[in-house]
Amino acid sequence: MLDLTYELPKPKVIAGAKHDWELVIGMEVHAQVSSNAKLFSGASTKFGAEPNSNVAFVDAAMPGMLPVINEYCVEQAVRTGLGLKADINLWSAFDRKNYFYPDLPQGYQISQLYHPIVGEGEVLVELGDGTARKVRIERIHMEQDAGKSIHDMDPNMSFVDLNRTGVCLMEIVSRPDIRGPEEAAAYIAKLRQIMQYLGTCDGNMQNGNLRADVNVSVCLPGQYEKYQETQDFSHLGTRCEIKNMNSMRFIQQAIEVEARRQIAIIEAGGEVEQETRLYDPDKGETRSMRSKEEAHDYRYFPDPDLLPLEIEQEWVDDIAAKLPELPDEKKARFIEDFALSDYDASVLTAEVEAASYFEAVVMNAIDALDESGEFIVYTTSSSNKSIGSFDKVQSRDVGKTAANWVINELFGRLKKDDKGISESSVTPKQLAGIIKLIKSDAISGKIAKDLFEIVYTEGGDPAQIVEERGMKQVTDTGAIEAALDEIIAANPAQVEKAKVNPKLAGWFVGQVMKATGGKANPKAVNELVAKKLGS
Amino acid sequence: MSDLNKLGLAEARDALRKGDTTSVELTEACLKAIDAADALNAFVHKTPEIALERARAADERIKAGDAPSMCGLPIGIKDLFCTKGVDSQAASNILKGFKPEYESTVSQQLVDAGAVMLGKLNMDEFAMGSSNETSAYGNAVSPWRRDGDDAQLTPGGSSGGSAAAVAADLCLAATGTDTGGSIRQPAAFTGTVGIKPTYGRCSRWGVVAFASSLDQAGPMTKSVRDAAIMLEAMCGHDPKDSTSADLPVPDFEAMLTGDIRGKKIGIPKEYRMDGMPEEISKLWADGAEMLKAAGAEIVDISLPHTKYALPAYYVIAPAEASSNLARYDGVRYGHRATLEAGDGITEMYEKTRAEGFGPEVQRRVMVGTYVLSAGFYDAYYNRARKVRTLIKKDFEDAFAAGVDAILTPATPSAAFGLGEMTEADPVQMYLNDVFTVTVNLAGLPGIAVPAGLDAKGLPLGLQLIGKPWEEGDLLNTAYALESAAGFVAKPQQWW
Repeated sequence: MLDLTYELPKPKVIAGAKHDWELVIGMEVHAQVSSNAKLFSGASTKFGAEPNSNVAFVDAAMPGMLPVINEYCVEQAVRTGLGLKADINLWSAFDRKNYFYPDLPQGYQISQLYHPIVGEGEVLVELGDGTARKVRIERIHMEQDAGKSIHDMDPNMSFVDLNRTGVCLMEIVSRPDIRGPEEAAAYIAKLRQIMQYLGTCDGNMQNGNLRADVNVSVCLPGQYEKYQETQDFSHLGTRCEIKNMNSMRFIQQAIEVEARRQIAIIEAGGEVEQETRLYDPDKGETRSMRSKEEAHDYRYFPDPDLLPLEIEQEWVDDIAAKLPELPDEKKARFIEDFALSDYDASVLTAEVEAASYFEAVVMNAIDALDESGEFIVYTTSSSNKSIGSFDKVQSRDVGKTAANWVINELFGRLKKDDKGISESSVTPKQLAGIIKLIKSDAISGKIAKDLFEIVYTEGGDPAQIVEERGMKQVTDTGAIEAALDEIIAANPAQVEKAKVNPKLAGWFVGQVMKATGGKANPKAVNELVAKKLGS
Repeated sequence: MSDLNKLGLAEARDALRKGDTTSVELTEACLKAIDAADALNAFVHKTPEIALERARAADERIKAGDAPSMCGLPIGIKDLFCTKGVDSQAASNILKGFKPEYESTVSQQLVDAGAVMLGKLNMDEFAMGSSNETSAYGNAVSPWRRDGDDAQLTPGGSSGGSAAAVAADLCLAATGTDTGGSIRQPAAFTGTVGIKPTYGRCSRWGVVAFASSLDQAGPMTKSVRDAAIMLEAMCGHDPKDSTSADLPVPDFEAMLTGDIRGKKIGIPKEYRMDGMPEEISKLWADGAEMLKAAGAEIVDISLPHTKYALPAYYVIAPAEASSNLARYDGVRYGHRATLEAGDGITEMYEKTRAEGFGPEVQRRVMVGTYVLSAGFYDAYYNRARKVRTLIKKDFEDAFAAGVDAILTPATPSAAFGLGEMTEADPVQMYLNDVFTVTVNLAGLPGIAVPAGLDAKGLPLGLQLIGKPWEEGDLLNTAYALESAAGFVAKPQQWW
């Protein structure tokens, strides 16, 4: 495994009237577990169903109904914890968080306050400019989602949809290690990427499957370092929590707006009050939702309907052994095995499907796959089982070309059609075929692009298409020489000029390419022109 | 046969199998007795159609030689159990008219065992009370009266309707639930047998929750043998209740040998309360003598944390109740207050819950909310949990020292008069549970057995506490005690 070292990003600094201020951010990310059934009932979690159709008796808190834990959800929380390199607690327990709201039928949310299933972990957050920060994870716990209250359908009535009630959420709590709006967005993006790799959360923010509560405070430069040394929060400013954000853009806006609000208060001699706030994207401001005094007293206590959740180390080990390769490891391996730049490796590993596609292209291009030519699926980061052995010299040689083709040509073409990688009409094997033709000098780069378009729209075996349609590059120097001789003979004036000004040799190259229908090997043409014109 | 409703489960079962009677006859006798006993206010929802239909089906099965353990036996079901399509309102106005779409596991198991449901039985509201006086249906009345006195007495609570119905022979047996003594205290007050099994023996699924870590269902019957038969039908593992134990259910009835020779019976000194009535002390001593005469060894034991049990119970039970009862908010089912223009969700909650819950339930919800509040949690709830652990350990130590069962009085007195405690401090009422709550806190099985009458002719009961999961052994000890005590008194019919 490569140990990638990064520079730390600079914290966001906002200039106040009197001082510069730094931002300190911590997040509570709520990620909906991708499961078919809810955390404590068998009801479906399918999005977009008729209101109140995915509701079991226990979800509606009918009298005498009892929760029973969904083991699949527990497994997903453990997987997520392992993916965030976190401690897994073999003994955890559920608590009730009591409050009244119509979309909370039980009158309490079952959560894990005192003993969460996942303990401390960390996430490497890259900013794309070569800097990165390790954000510490404090804990992950499982809890029930609430239902949905609808207040705008009728002037006098409110409606409640319980479809979401009881769906399993993972609350991922970070330490206040995030230092600016961009870092906040990058942190969420990284969590989402990891969970998508793991398949534990689809990361769909629009549907509310990934939401964040953002804690923002400001401090004078130097204070944060004191906090880091001592872990004493008194070095930091008072924080405000911005609730329930489900857009990366709004999260960044809200952080900036909230930080500026706090700076203005402090510089005017006031004190920031710890409170819960909401961001209004239309007005570009945060508004108080409830102050510390109005904060609910949730009366947490252990849920007597549920036994403590005890899991076996063996089970955790088994899950760990089946964990897929994660983004950081995959990226490092791509850089190593395929000679990619940091940037290309990031782009190609952003989504697991794209990474698998790319890898399949390379493996096909170096003939490291069997006849079936299927996508490569990794079982663990270290074993690379299904890939078999391959020649790294070859893979590094092909890697860069393959990356260019996937990122520039394929992604570009798919984007034009508004398609995702999984909808690509070009298979990795076909794209590998094109790359093989380029690498063997059979076709020129320009012809390759035409070939790609044909494969994309019509399909077919690239080598066969090239053969059938006479797209093969002319490397026969005799034919190129004949064409060049003809052009030289027809343009004596140009020949004279070119002898004085070697830059004009390019004109002859262009004429030869034109005469050969673009199929002449440009390298061979260049050499011949140089030789004939004596430059 | 005459007076079929006066039979116990075992007798009726044997009569049915011999063909001496039919389930329809038994059921009709009970229905007639029920209709004649409205003054007891025990049955609050009668289900004669369901009863007769099940009785006819049972007779078919008996005829076909396919009779399960309780086939054709008519019983009553406490209103706390959700019964599909039948009013189940936990004796509360907040659940008025609530007819569940599901059947509780325990009542379903009884249906599966062939039992015939006659109707739903009165109780204290949400099982909170010791006299059945907090019921939204009005109090149930004990069939017992003091000699030469017409004053109406409590059948105890919270399973007061169950106790009154069994004692008055309105049914052969009934279900009860016990959170702090709600089966054992009314059993003792009415000269019936009531067992609370080990926590986790009976599924809580479909039973309206009071205090989840303490609630257990159990049978209330006319004899220990009947309790064995009915408990076996009620208990067993239920995957729908995470706290239900995945353990096999023994044949409890087969364990009733009456042989308790060599058993060690503990007498806990801490249960000898100051001011204990002489009659209770004597009953207790007599009970010990009877067990000794049957060959058991009587040993003095200490359960040192006993005196903290009642306060701990009255922190833990209300705490859980305050959360369990949050769901009764007027949003989805049950009572919703009529609102005035301008009322919002807060007013809806406040008015609905103020109208729907009676005073005792409100008191416990408020106590529970208080003890869980930030700043008080450690002082009350956490401390109570620690006490609970110590109480549990007291029992574990006693059992580890070789004790097989523990004998105590079931209640500090005989049944009191209805209304007598109305003006009293609520704590006076809570003192009724002083001998029974320890058993719930420790999760142990406990059984109340009628053992004698007081000077005014009212029944008194003794409690036996057993080791976890050893209900069979406990029932056998109770069987020996029952045989020795020879309690045969019945209330004089006045209703």
